[in-house]
Amino acid sequence: MIRLTTPITEEAIRQLKVGDEVLLNGNVVLSRDMGHKFMKEQKPDWLKPILENMVIYHCGPVVRKNADGSWTFVAAGPTTSIREEPYQADVIETYKVRGVIGKGGMGKKTSEGLQKTGAVYLHATGGAGSLLAERVKRVVDVKMLEEFGSPEAFWIIEVEDFPLVVTMDSHGGSLHEIVAQQSQDRAKALMA
Amino acid sequence: MSECVVPTLTSAEVVASKSLLPQGWKADMSNLAGLDLTLCATELLRRTTSRLPQDVIDALVKGRDAEEPGSRAFNTLNDMVRNIILADGNVSPLCQDTGSIIFWVRHPFGFSQRAARKQLRAAVMDATKRSWLRPNCVESLSGKNSGTNMDPFHDHHPAIHFEEWDQPHIEVSVMQKGGGSENVGAQYRLPDAALGAGRDIKGVRKCIIDAVVKAQGQGCSPGILGVSIGGDRVTGWERAKELVLRKLGTANPDPKMDAFEKELTRDLNTLGIGPMGYGGATTVLGVSAEEMYRHPASFYVSIAYMCWSSRRGTLTLAADGQPSYDL
Repeated sequence: MIRLTTPITEEAIRQLKVGDEVLLNGNVVLSRDMGHKFMKEQKPDWLKPILENMVIYHCGPVVRKNADGSWTFVAAGPTTSIREEPYQADVIETYKVRGVIGKGGMGKKTSEGLQKTGAVYLHATGGAGSLLAERVKRVVDVKMLEEFGSPEAFWIIEVEDFPLVVTMDSHGGSLHEIVAQQSQDRAKALMA
Repeated sequence: MSECVVPTLTSAEVVASKSLLPQGWKADMSNLAGLDLTLCATELLRRTTSRLPQDVIDALVKGRDAEEPGSRAFNTLNDMVRNIILADGNVSPLCQDTGSIIFWVRHPFGFSQRAARKQLRAAVMDATKRSWLRPNCVESLSGKNSGTNMDPFHDHHPAIHFEEWDQPHIEVSVMQKGGGSENVGAQYRLPDAALGAGRDIKGVRKCIIDAVVKAQGQGCSPGILGVSIGGDRVTGWERAKELVLRKLGTANPDPKMDAFEKELTRDLNTLGIGPMGYGGATTVLGVSAEEMYRHPASFYVSIAYMCWSSRRGTLTLAADGQPSYDL
């Protein structure tokens, strides 16, 4: 088990390999469909200090607003990452992002982006919304809440021992590619 | 790391003690047209969003126990069980994607569908306010979120299917259908030259294998498949989704289909996709298939893919108005 704390250096990221189990600590930034389209098309500068050497989490949480105006994450598992495939590599390069958390894995373009910039794809257990929300220590800030709505906003949260598995590393390795290839071969045999 | 987490949920008494319904609440079945389903439907959503049906939990545990202890597949299934225990105990959503909300209502003559539609919409709005449901209804083009889970244009969300029947009681079933699993559903038209799939059961089988391989872990495997064979593009999909309501481990009333489902489930679990696509022997928890009519020129195979967090449940209002929840 490897403990990582954000911000993360490129050097630390380059040491990670597919299959490594990671416990992540520190701030992470939530972003999904609207955020990624926005980051690629508008490249806002104000996001640079928020994202440099940080980790993006593909997640649209269920949140609760408390009486004192603060927020609580009620459920916060990963959403399907492949929808961000057209944007992810550009976002990683523009903002020097060191990690992307999601589920289901991503494609070739993202893998090339991970290799070029020095970043990894970290897999969280899909559907484990309650379990993962328990590892959110606090909501630090939220950006674009009005514009995007709560599932799509840039929530900045602090996590503690957030359980993840490296499924795409910065050297071109991808567990998703291996499983896909093996299952396709098996499907051919089943269909014969 | 490789201890088997035991899925001990809160007891029926504890669940009932947290109920929104006042103790002894009964529906007034002598006045069907004046019935108010709002509170008992909100209670149904409270339960479905935080508690998985026992048959789904049993299937996940069976899958976990068949995986190699300490493997990623084993650990992932164990985390799923941990999540089930937590969500139940906290009465919090099992998954942040609380899904699109689909109701099936079966009722006797004299019941008002117009009134029930209003009440079910009110129940969904209330459950959203209570953070049991995420606001999941956005304008297609702008992406603007209505914030209430109500369709901003018409009244297509929540989806409600009504059926009048000749029984004295009322049943309200609900499914919370997540977007990730919805995206990996598939509809095929046979024959399919690329798959080499013809208009027979072998062809149907090829479609299902293809859909599961294309889905990989992206629909949150292990999945549960509802498969309709035939129908048109709409009735086929509609039925496929409804088939996901069938309890896992119950036999298909058609013995030929039952054998088909069992063999297919076994075969799909040799694909090696595993929980969340991590690799492993638990790729699907079950298949529910049904043959329908078709137009002679058309042959559709519609495959609804439900994630492992198969949130579904049924509220029954008995002939004497007594409510009960099955999930």
